[in-house]
Amino acid sequence: MHRMPGKTLYDKIWDAHVVDTQDGEAILYIDLHLIHEVTTPQAFAGLRANGRPVRRPDRTLAVADHNVPTEGQGLGVDAVADEEARLQLQTLGKNVAEYGIEFFPMGDIRNGIVHVVGPEQGRTQPGMTIVCGDSHTSTHGAFGALAHGIGTSEVEHVLATQTLRQKKAKNFRVRIEGQPAPGVGAKDFALAVIGEIGTAGGTGSVIEFAGSAIRDLSMEGRMTLCNLTIEGGAKAGLVAPDQKTFDYIMGRPAAPKGGAWEMALSHWKTFFTDEDAVFDREIVLDAAKIAPTVTWGTSPEDVVAVTGNVPSPDSFETPDKRASAARALEYMGLTAGQPITEAKVDVVFIGSCTNSRIEDLRAAAQIAQTAFLNGRLVAPHVRAMVVPGSGLVRAQAEDEGLDAIFKASGFEWREPGCSMCLAMNPDKLSDGQRCASTSNRNFEGRQGRGGRTHLMSPAMAAAAAIAGHIADVRDFL
Amino acid sequence: MDAFTRLDAKSAPLPLANIDTDQIIPKQFLKIIDRKGLAKGLFFDLRFDEDGKERPDFVLNQPAYKGAGVLIAGDNFGCGSSREHAPWALMDFGIRSVISTSFADIFYNNCFQNGLLPVVLKAEEVAQLMDEARGGNHVVSVDLETQTVTSPSGKVFHFQIDPQRKQKMLKGLDAIGETLIKVDSIDTYEMKRALAQPWLEGA
Ligand code: SF4
Repeated sequence: MHRMPGKTLYDKIWDAHVVDTQDGEAILYIDLHLIHEVTTPQAFAGLRANGRPVRRPDRTLAVADHNVPTEGQGLGVDAVADEEARLQLQTLGKNVAEYGIEFFPMGDIRNGIVHVVGPEQGRTQPGMTIVCGDSHTSTHGAFGALAHGIGTSEVEHVLATQTLRQKKAKNFRVRIEGQPAPGVGAKDFALAVIGEIGTAGGTGSVIEFAGSAIRDLSMEGRMTLCNLTIEGGAKAGLVAPDQKTFDYIMGRPAAPKGGAWEMALSHWKTFFTDEDAVFDREIVLDAAKIAPTVTWGTSPEDVVAVTGNVPSPDSFETPDKRASAARALEYMGLTAGQPITEAKVDVVFIGSCTNSRIEDLRAAAQIAQTAFLNGRLVAPHVRAMVVPGSGLVRAQAEDEGLDAIFKASGFEWREPGCSMCLAMNPDKLSDGQRCASTSNRNFEGRQGRGGRTHLMSPAMAAAAAIAGHIADVRDFL
Repeated sequence: MDAFTRLDAKSAPLPLANIDTDQIIPKQFLKIIDRKGLAKGLFFDLRFDEDGKERPDFVLNQPAYKGAGVLIAGDNFGCGSSREHAPWALMDFGIRSVISTSFADIFYNNCFQNGLLPVVLKAEEVAQLMDEARGGNHVVSVDLETQTVTSPSGKVFHFQIDPQRKQKMLKGLDAIGETLIKVDSIDTYEMKRALAQPWLEGA
């Protein structure tokens, strides 16, 4: 007897959202559309020019995050000194008012980085399709939702039709099994995976993360991991929903209530990969072998264990790679063979949609507190800043007294936003400054022209702030 | 979207590989609210020096190439971030077609959303066009209907293009209009979903 092979989680979400097909493309229904100020003004202008309405304002949510300064937000857009940035924020305000879209403006406690706000509000749910004009939309895959970034024309397409034209991607599974060592977490997993597959390794695929180490991760950890999937070139990352997922959603403002909760639960529980599903590709990593990891170069795949040395360009296989490694070393001001812990940092940035949730702040605060009790503060030559992912994260951290620990140790306690992740606001590195950063991209100039970025976990960044150079978090536990 | 049928225009040679979207349009220009007006930021660091003066050696600054409509570029044009500001900046500058041996995926897609025609030719054909563009006569003809590029000296090169994309580009059809032909399917889908997942209605 023939039976159909099983389906992957991705297959199931895809199949549940195909509205129709046209010209060889699927028209895929979109359950949630998140928008922000930078990639939407032209989309709304396009709608207006064609006299088209927003099809489902109720399935759309807007925040102000990319451009906002991280102080004085109580003043609203008046806090924005840059005229163009201010106009962009005002334009978003006008557009959402005109089209009836819910918006958390600057200063609203619910505002924050789009990929922190969606889950925090309970908007992000298992089995959904979620898009946003930002490549790190992959974050929401932590809930078992198919989530990815889109361009501005596609933003307009989703606003007008609540659908997206898509071709199906391949199925790729990354299993991480076993127990990680103390001080090793989701950020290290993510960097290790990218180091393993390369920045183009996931191209054309949706990656499902599975295995015991993934099950053991908190929702925050899963978000960090899925957030970075895009840096591996993949279209999206996924983790199958489980009890942790449901517990995280329960009681949040947009979570289903009463009888609808039970109905939603039984729907969500259908989203898992069948035993006999076939993947186009699969790799397995041993969690116990993953060390606290940092980047040394200008691509997220340029990773090294914190106990390791800066690699020599000669150690790379192809002439292209040797040339880019040499260029990266030059740009980063590092010497082949030197221990990575020799790299002295000027700035520490704890924030971004990768690592600005409550658990991230707790991990960093714990390192700061332990050091403080041993009489150590942020090194005098270091500017260290903590930028919570949302107003609500900030408030919760203050309730828990984390802000007091940070401030006492010499960290700046800022207001929420993307901040130094892409440096479109006033938080920037200057030429030649070196930064230990919990964000997601270490490209040339990403955090400011000439700035040098080392990606790492929040605990590692806190350790670097205190040591004044890249440091092994295990010495601070 | 603007339709693209045939273009006779000056061509400018830009023989660099891996021109990324940051080079095409740096992040300080992403703060605009319009598709227009990005011409000033196109190839900003290549076009201008630290003091904001035009670099005389950059091709698009040279009088002979003023008003160029076609760019002939090196391999892997448009890699990097997904910003659609890159094709917008090119269009705003007056470039309607880019010819190269290869393009990065997202940039290639974004071109078709905007009526900018990316043309992939063989390495020797691109080299030939690059050479001729450096000469006195820079005018090439890009014909989407016949899928050909005619060099200033009259050499004709054929290119491949996805037939559906070609049709949409020729007619200037926009993807939204196309999808809205299927609006009944969307209505039906939403009705079913409202019954099965009522908690997603009227948030
Ligand atoms: S924090 Fe960085 S990666 Fe995340 S949404 Fe903002 S700019 Fe994008």
